[in-house]
Amino acid sequence: MDWFDFILARYNYWIFILLMMIGLYVVFARGNLVKKIVGLNIFQTSVFIYYISIGKIFGGTAPIYMGDELDAAAHHGPDSGEGAGHGAEAAAHGATAHAGAEEMQSKIDNAAPGEETLAKETLHSKIDNSALDHGNDLKDALKTAPRPEEADSLHSLPDTGDKIANTLSHVDKTPPKAGLQFTPDGLTDAAGDAAHSAAVAAHGAVEAIVYTNPLPHVLILTAIVVGVATTAVGLALAVRIREAYGTIEEDELEAADDIAEFGHQPGAPAQQAAEGAA
Amino acid sequence: MDHLILRVTSKLLFAPIILFALYVQFHGDYGPGGGFQAGVIFAVAFILHAFCFGLEETRKVLPQKALTIAMVIGFLLYSGTGLVTMLLGANFLDYDALVPNSTHHAGQHYGIIIVELGVGTAVAATMLTIFYHFTGREPDIDQEDW
Amino acid sequence: MSIVAQLPVLPIVMPIMAAPITLLLPRGRAPHLWACLFTWLTFAACIALFREVAATGPISYALGDWAPPIGIEYRIDLANALVLLLVSGIASVVFPFAYRSVQLEVDQRQTPLFYGALLICMTGLLGVTITGDAFNVFVFLEISSLSTYALIAMGARRDRRALTAAFNYLVMGTIGATFFVIGIGLLYQSTGTLNMADLAQQLIGQDNRMVQAGFAFILVGMGLKLAMFPMHLWLPNAYTYAPSAVTAFLAATATKVAVYVIIRFFFSVFNFDFAFIGAAFTYVLLPLGLAGMFVASFVAVFQEDVKRMLAYSSVAQIGYMLLGLSFATVEGLTASLVHIFNHALMKAALFMAVACVVLRSGSHSIHAFAGLSKRMPVTTWAFIISGLSLIGVPLTVGFISKWYLLNAAFAAGHWYAGFLIVASSLIALAYIGRVAEVMLLKEPADDGKFVLPKEEAPLSMLVPMWILVAANIYFGVRTDLTGDIATRAAEALMMMAGGAP
Repeated sequence: MDWFDFILARYNYWIFILLMMIGLYVVFARGNLVKKIVGLNIFQTSVFIYYISIGKIFGGTAPIYMGDELDAAAHHGPDSGEGAGHGAEAAAHGATAHAGAEEMQSKIDNAAPGEETLAKETLHSKIDNSALDHGNDLKDALKTAPRPEEADSLHSLPDTGDKIANTLSHVDKTPPKAGLQFTPDGLTDAAGDAAHSAAVAAHGAVEAIVYTNPLPHVLILTAIVVGVATTAVGLALAVRIREAYGTIEEDELEAADDIAEFGHQPGAPAQQAAEGAA
Repeated sequence: MDHLILRVTSKLLFAPIILFALYVQFHGDYGPGGGFQAGVIFAVAFILHAFCFGLEETRKVLPQKALTIAMVIGFLLYSGTGLVTMLLGANFLDYDALVPNSTHHAGQHYGIIIVELGVGTAVAATMLTIFYHFTGREPDIDQEDW
Repeated sequence: MSIVAQLPVLPIVMPIMAAPITLLLPRGRAPHLWACLFTWLTFAACIALFREVAATGPISYALGDWAPPIGIEYRIDLANALVLLLVSGIASVVFPFAYRSVQLEVDQRQTPLFYGALLICMTGLLGVTITGDAFNVFVFLEISSLSTYALIAMGARRDRRALTAAFNYLVMGTIGATFFVIGIGLLYQSTGTLNMADLAQQLIGQDNRMVQAGFAFILVGMGLKLAMFPMHLWLPNAYTYAPSAVTAFLAATATKVAVYVIIRFFFSVFNFDFAFIGAAFTYVLLPLGLAGMFVASFVAVFQEDVKRMLAYSSVAQIGYMLLGLSFATVEGLTASLVHIFNHALMKAALFMAVACVVLRSGSHSIHAFAGLSKRMPVTTWAFIISGLSLIGVPLTVGFISKWYLLNAAFAAGHWYAGFLIVASSLIALAYIGRVAEVMLLKEPADDGKFVLPKEEAPLSMLVPMWILVAANIYFGVRTDLTGDIATRAAEALMMMAGGAP
């Protein structure tokens, strides 16, 4: 039943294709102008669903920044990270270039208070800063981040949720693309094996946050605005057409135009029209 | 319009809807929300008003001329922010230029608030304009002829 | 601030900020002057940008200082600097021209809206050209398209069919744009990036089904927007019933920008390593270009309406551009770019001449053109000279286009295409000659559907029109100007696409 699973696993694409075809069918098959607009809307909505579904990461939450809550949780977390100090320090250095990583880093540091004062200082300055800082570090990191050399791993990212777990371990190598998607596991690679113990230790204290890819949401917000504008213009035209012609049925509109231009409908012979007039 | 229940409930709802719009507006810089959603919610308050009291009453509160001006001001707030950053020597819409030498990018914060305010104003005004023009059109053909 | 550093964003920022302000201006002359001022400023910015690019090579501008490929990048190389120059240049001529024509053809209450929409339309077209971000292309495309729907519908004051034409264009245009977005989505899904330069990098070696589907969606979507031959059905009505000044502007710019997007995606985003690019050239662009050249030209011959005739001619001319592309050689691409530029000059001049006739006679039927050489000689000769240019008579830009196309066709070994280009030009001679004959020789028959023009069109229309007619001849004589730039742009594009296939 491989093929069955193959089809079922891609249900989001089936929904997209189905809606798209319904929308296009309505646009082409219906003569009523308002129904055409409805069809156009269904068609556009199918594309929205497609975009949103490719940005979904299995187990990921909505791309809403949760720095505050996490920091709070980290503060109250148990001191279970004893002995992971070296790892924490290494991680602190290794991850500075990684935007979202930094925030998680501070939590790891916090959950694993090490012997090194340097590490402590970094983490305290992080935690004392407002949520604002964390968000803005993203920009700094992105501006300074080097171009990814091996970006392949993330490029398959938006496909299906299952692949994400594998690809995320390489997220650190693609900082500009990583956006807000990261896990402690991803971090460990970034900072080397030493950080692994820190991440494991931190795991008990801080629940890993996996965000879905926010970019498709942003794109679709833009596309929705465009869709609203298109619908408004289309409906406004339909209103004007009804005022000018007295109908919004396409065949009646064509007939009205033909009569205005040729004096009769193209199907009806001119003689009949003349008789009718007489 | 003598529907007492409708009138009272819509009066009750009007202020909370606008308050919610403002919440979404100002919460939108670092959370879910933002100018587009807030603008639509803001417009909904007035659309509800128009449903219950008639379009003429709403037009007295918010005339079309005011909406046109609001649309323009909203848009200019957005692009004006970009223009200011350009005048300050940075790229278009590089908010960092608004507060130079900030250690934690305060400029990004201010920039996005101003821009979202512009978006919210423009969207609310546009939505209401669309509503006014669709509902305000006198049908010149009998409803029977549809 | 350094004006040079901000130059790439100025052609977008200036008109888009000026557009809403037109709504606040009083009716009458003010919105028109305001819009003209900003099109000229934009044109000046585009000229400066063009000189900068020609001197120093491609320019990249990061919006909001977010480094690409994360942020939106404006990327200007010679190819799109040429198109920018074209769009803003045509706008700076058509806007002053529009005043009298719009006074007649558009409801007086709508004039501030009209000029605002025209500015937004220009911004959208410039934006599509300038941006280096694939999704941004869609956004600007819809900005220009939405204002175009409104502009076309404003022709309803004279003919209510403008409304149905605008509605059909809206349905077709939206389907095209949505197809384009699906294509972008598929590419994004397989690469994780939207920046065109980055897309080109990430797409290397990804010749899979998803990328193929994305390419197909982009091709069909853009094909709808640029009125590629079998998908051109929205165009004749839209151009016929739109206000004449709008037609002049759209015919010269809108479809050209869509052709540019096709070029950009074929050569800069995809490359010749993809088998399907070669297949699209050979099995889609070449036959459809040829078919468009003939079918549309042939239909044009039988039109009673001069505007509609020129609209069909536009579809045919798009066939030439696609034909040049489909050779996939530097010569072919040069011919396409040259023809994009030259066709804009001649079509704008032709539609402007029609606008003058509409202003004085109130009709764009061929009967209104009868005996016009005696009543409106200046307009008549503008029409005839640009018409000769459309046919491809030597010393006009049309000849340069045909020359480059013929060269490219023979160089690519498509000798039959060369003969077909000449044959199709003969059909152009038929439909332009028909109007010219009516204008020069026929006596006007007053059937009450139009008024006999009593005087020449006003100077505010004649001067812009003759500027374009002069450009038709100037660029027809000074062939090095457009030809060199187009060759350099084509070579750069070919380099990106990986040389000759």
